[in-house]
Amino acid sequence: MANDDIALMAHLIRRAGFGAGREELEARAATGYEATVQELIHPETQHDVDLDLMERYLPEYGEGTALESLQQTWVYRMINTGRPLQEKMALFWHGLLCTGFAKVDNGPITMDYLDLFREHGLGSFKTLLVEMSKHPTMVYYLDNVDNHRGSINENFGRELLELFSMGVGTDGRDNYTEDDVRAVSRAFTGWNLEPTIPVFPYGRCKWRFRYDPTDHDDGEKTFLGKTGRWNGEDIIDILFEQPATARFICRHLYNFFVADEPQVPAWKDTPPRDMEAIRILEKAFVDNGFDMRPVLHTLFNSEFFKDALFLKMKSPADVVIGTMRLVKEHQEVKPGLFPIMLETTFMGQDLLNPPSVEGWHTGREWIDSGTLVERINFVADHVGDRSLPGIRLIVDRMSNGTSIVPPEEFVDSCLDLIGPVEVQKDTRSALIDYSANSGELRRATEEESGDFSRRVTEMLQLIVSTAEYQYT
Amino acid sequence: MATEQRERVIVVLSLSGGNDGLNTLIPYSDANYYDYRPTLGIAEDQVLRINDEVGFHPSMVEMKQIYDEGHMAVIQGVGYPKPNRSHFRSMDIWHTCEPDKIVDEGWLGQTIRELDPNAENVLSGVNFGRGLPRAMVASGVPVSSVGDLSTYGLLTGIEQDQRIQALEVFSRMYAPAIGAGPVTDYIWETGRAALKGADILKVAPEMYSSTVEYGNNAIANGMKSIAQVHLADLGSRILYTTSPYNVFDTHANEAAMHSRLLGEVSGAVADFNDDLREHGRGEEVILLVFSEFGRRARDNGGGTDHGTGSVCFVIGDQVKGGLYGEYPSLEDGDLEDGGDLLHNVDFRSVYATMLEKWIGLESRPIVRGNFEQLGFL
Repeated sequence: MANDDIALMAHLIRRAGFGAGREELEARAATGYEATVQELIHPETQHDVDLDLMERYLPEYGEGTALESLQQTWVYRMINTGRPLQEKMALFWHGLLCTGFAKVDNGPITMDYLDLFREHGLGSFKTLLVEMSKHPTMVYYLDNVDNHRGSINENFGRELLELFSMGVGTDGRDNYTEDDVRAVSRAFTGWNLEPTIPVFPYGRCKWRFRYDPTDHDDGEKTFLGKTGRWNGEDIIDILFEQPATARFICRHLYNFFVADEPQVPAWKDTPPRDMEAIRILEKAFVDNGFDMRPVLHTLFNSEFFKDALFLKMKSPADVVIGTMRLVKEHQEVKPGLFPIMLETTFMGQDLLNPPSVEGWHTGREWIDSGTLVERINFVADHVGDRSLPGIRLIVDRMSNGTSIVPPEEFVDSCLDLIGPVEVQKDTRSALIDYSANSGELRRATEEESGDFSRRVTEMLQLIVSTAEYQYT
Repeated sequence: MATEQRERVIVVLSLSGGNDGLNTLIPYSDANYYDYRPTLGIAEDQVLRINDEVGFHPSMVEMKQIYDEGHMAVIQGVGYPKPNRSHFRSMDIWHTCEPDKIVDEGWLGQTIRELDPNAENVLSGVNFGRGLPRAMVASGVPVSSVGDLSTYGLLTGIEQDQRIQALEVFSRMYAPAIGAGPVTDYIWETGRAALKGADILKVAPEMYSSTVEYGNNAIANGMKSIAQVHLADLGSRILYTTSPYNVFDTHANEAAMHSRLLGEVSGAVADFNDDLREHGRGEEVILLVFSEFGRRARDNGGGTDHGTGSVCFVIGDQVKGGLYGEYPSLEDGDLEDGGDLLHNVDFRSVYATMLEKWIGLESRPIVRGNFEQLGFL
C-alpha cells in the first residue's frame, strides 16, 4: 500500500475524528478514501459507544452533576465512539455556540445540549440555530431568562449576531448596529425556561424551554433594514439571507478542519487565508439549504483539504484523545480516566466550560510555555509506556528485520509508525545523531530486544516533544 | 543574588468579565445611583465611605484600609473612546492599547522587550494561570506561563540520566533556524523559554517562607505565586495574573456573586501587600487592578449588562494614594449611548504614568500615543 495513502488517511482521521492506530489506518486506506468520507458523514450507519455499559459501571457518567464527571463522559465517548465525525462536530459546535458550565451549573441539561449537537450537528445549521436559541442551557447562559418585554437583556441578542451567525463585520464593514442588537433582543423576549425551582436544596432540575407570549414584545422592530413584528424565528430567517452568515460559518469550518485562521475578532478586517476555498464552501452551504453534511463532503474531498497536512495546531482535545487512541488506553470502562480528562484543562481547554462565549482561541494561541510543557509531558509519558497496547504494537513492528538497524532507518520507521509525522530536515538529523551516538541498534537476541524496545519508546518520546508534533 | 538596589516591578491583576465599577466605588450621595440600582443598590449605611460622595463596596474592608493608609490610587471614570462591549475585544483593547484595529503585541510584552532587549532572562515576564494574556505577548519576548509553580518542568517523566540527554536533543531541535515559518518559530521560542525557565522557577516555593496566610481561591493563589517569585529574586519585572475567566460578568445574580468576588480581591491584595512588607520589599512593587469594562448604569433586575467607564486601582507603598479622575456624572443626559458611564481618564494615561514614572520608559510607542500623566506616582 502506498505510504501516501496512509498519510492522507491519517490526515482525514485526525481532522474528521481524533486519529487512529496504524492497523485502523491501513484497513481504512484499503477500503478507500471516499468510502471512509461517506462513513464519517453518515454516523447513523455506525455503532455509538455502549452508553448502558458505561452507566452501569460508572453511574456518575450518566446524570452527573459535577463538571468533572460530565467531562469524563465526553472524553470517554470521544475516545471510543464509532462515529468520530459526530463527536468532532459536537466539539466544533461546542466551541462555536458556546455555553459554559461555570455559569449554567446544570449537569443533565449541559449533556442534553451536547446531544443537540450530535443530533443536528451534521444537518441544517438553520435548524440548529433555532434549536440552540430554544435550548435551556443557552437561554440561561446568555441570560435570556432575564430578557423581558419592556426590560430587555441584550446578552443573547448581541452574541447571536456577533458570534453565532454573521460576526461583527465582513470585508472591513460592520454587519449590524447597536439598534439591530436591541431589535434582536426584543424579538427574543419571552423565550424562557421552566421550571424555575431554586437550586437549593435539591440541586438543578432538568429545565425545559418555555415560550411565554405574554412576556414577548410583539411590537414592530427593524432588523437589518427590515421592519415587522419579528419573533425569534423571523430574526434567524433574516440572518440566513445574509451572505455574512455563510461566510462566517464557512470560515469557522475552514479554521476547524483545514488550516488555522486568525482569531475571530480579527475576521472583520482580515481576509480569509484561502478565499477560493471559502467560496467553494459557501456555495455548497447555500446551494444545499444550509445543510452541513454536503458542505463537509465537499470539504473533505477538496484539494485544499488534501493539501493541508500539518497546517493546524492540535487542540488540547486533539492531543489528549489522539494520544489515548494511539496508545489504545481507556478503550473500556475502567478507573483512571479522571486524571487523563484533567489534562485537557491543563493544556488550556476546560471542556464544557470555555473561557467565554467566544469559545477558545485556537491555533498558535493554544501554545504558551505552560501549555507546551503540559502537552509534551503528557504525550511523552504515554508513548514511553511499553505496557500500553498501542505502544507494544509499534515496538513489535519495529522489532522485525535485520539484526542491526541503521539509525536513519530507525528514526524514519518511528516517525512513520507514530503518524506518519513529517519533520524538518534539521529535526530528523538531530534524532538520527542521537540514535547514532547511543550505540548500535541491535535487535537479534532477547537481551538486545529489551534494550531495543526501550530505545524505540525513547525515540517516540523525542518525536512527540518536537514542534512538528504539535501540528495536525 | 540579592542586591540593595532592587529593580522596580509591575504586578497586574485582571478582573475578567467586566467589573461593576458603580458597585465597587459607590457614589452613595447621588440619588441617581439608587434610581438606577433599585435591586442592586448598596444601602448608604453599608458603604465604606472615603469622603462625602463615594465609598467602597462593603466587602472591600482590606482595600479600604490600604486606601486610608494612603497607598492606593483609585482612578475614577477610566475607559477609552468609542467603547466596545464585547469581552474579548475590549480586553484586547486594554491589552494592546489599540482600539481601532487588531494587533498582536501587548503593552506588557513590549515593556518586557524594553527592559530586557536581548531576552537574557526568560523570567523577565511571568504569567500565572493558563493561557497567556495578549498584554504579555510581543514577538521575540519569552514569557513564562505557569499553571502550578511547584511541579513545573519539561520531560519530567524520563529517568534522570536519560533525561539530561533527551533535554540536550530537545535544545538542538528547538534551536532557531531559517525558513520554518512564524508559527514553528514561535513554538521553538516557547520551548526554549520553557526549558530555561522551568528549573529556575522551581526554587521559588522552596525558598519562600512567610507568616501571611492567603485565602483559598484562584485570585489569592495567583497573588501568592507572584509574591513567591518576586521574593526569590529571579529578576522578574512584570508579573501577571487574572481572576478565573469572566467571573465578573454579572448579568444575573450579581448581589451575592459580586460581593464574594470583591471580598476575594480585597483579601488577596491585602495579603500580597502584607507579604511584601513582612519581607521589607513593599517599596519595589506597584500593583494594577483593572477590568475590561464596567457595567450599565441601570441594573436589569438581577444583574447588570456590559457597560463602559469604570474604576481601576494602583496600589503600593510608593503610590500616592487618593482619588484620581472624576466620578462620571450620573445625570440622565450625561450617560454615554443612553446608559453608560462616560469615561474621563483614558486607561492609556494610567499605563503611561506607570511606564514613565515607575519604570522610566518612554510610553508613547508602547501605549500608541501621547497620554496625560497622572499624579499617583
